[in-house]
Amino acid sequence: MKRVLLFVTALLWLGIGPAIAGGPDIPKATGEPHPEGNLYMRINHMKLMSHDRDETVRDGDRSVEYSLKECVTCHAVNAADGQPVSYESDKHFCRVCHDYVAVKVDCFQCHNSKPEMKSQALIREDHADPNQIATYLKEAQE
Amino acid sequence: MNLPALNFAKTPAEMSRRDLLKSGGAVATAVLAPGVTLMAFGGEAAAKADPGKRWGLLIDVNKCAKDCSACVSACSKENGWQDTGHPDTDAQWIRKIDLKDKETGREFSMPMMCQHCEDAPCVDVCPTTASFKREDGIVLVDKHRCIGCRYCMMACPFKARSFVHEPVTDQKAHAPRGKGTVESCTLCVHRVDTGGSPACVEACNVTGHGAMIFGDLKDPESEISKALANYPSIALRDDLNLKQGVRYTSL
Repeated sequence: MKRVLLFVTALLWLGIGPAIAGGPDIPKATGEPHPEGNLYMRINHMKLMSHDRDETVRDGDRSVEYSLKECVTCHAVNAADGQPVSYESDKHFCRVCHDYVAVKVDCFQCHNSKPEMKSQALIREDHADPNQIATYLKEAQE
Repeated sequence: MNLPALNFAKTPAEMSRRDLLKSGGAVATAVLAPGVTLMAFGGEAAAKADPGKRWGLLIDVNKCAKDCSACVSACSKENGWQDTGHPDTDAQWIRKIDLKDKETGREFSMPMMCQHCEDAPCVDVCPTTASFKREDGIVLVDKHRCIGCRYCMMACPFKARSFVHEPVTDQKAHAPRGKGTVESCTLCVHRVDTGGSPACVEACNVTGHGAMIFGDLKDPESEISKALANYPSIALRDDLNLKQGVRYTSL
């Protein structure tokens, strides 16, 4: 009995369980699949993000591989109105699994759980363009 | 007024082995399989905060217009902080202050923000090392470690830091901020790391006032270093000897 239980737990951990047990319906992502495989990411995503956040915040390394920004961009789930849902919604990519396993995440108390809008990203792309800055200022004053 | 000598530049002899190691070889990492990591040393220099640099600002108070707050609105827009209807406690990463010399009646205005001190009191007092100074002199709050005790706010002689009292949503991806943590000017670290300059400086230039110069204080050829070498400038509260990265002229 113990062995059976262990086996089932292992299955659950490896992400095979939910498929059998009618687990979370994980939304499809856009972009390239993780080279390490989904299984690896399911087990280690928090370690990767935790490690790289220190590299970026404290050491100023902007070339890190894993960032929450990229997670929420590729894994964005759109609502019926075509807009990406936030962590408030139980359709949010992170919540689908985290609700299922009852693990609370604090990331989105500070981080945005939705992808950055394209226009915002564009404004920051070219720092030197005065036209962009003028538009930017105009928007800021509105 | 007592003008301390500016000596930000490091001679080659002062460049420690640690500095050299940091600015030198990059480390490439590849994950081959779960638990197996391939690390390769060398190649291009790592894109990290460079200890060979010291980012700073020079603010010309004479050029700063009294009725202009372009720097403040640009900062707010860039970093996503705004009024929440609580003027006593709302975050202010940068503010305009109006001053009057009682002796002469001269009235002027200038921006105040984190002064990015070399010997930052906020870093000294932080019990969790959340408040820290990067290798290139930018003083930041690591909100992953901040417990919201606000010691740093008490320690800062410039009232540069704010505590977030209200829940925040729709943050900028490059400037995460949330209730229960302290925050302040980051010198637009996300722009600086990609070769840009802070939003306030760009905004000031767009208005035509050009009161703010951003640059590397350790590079004697940079615009800011030349200006500092040629004209008198002061660090606020220089009696505290904090060696700020932000300095003012015509004050």
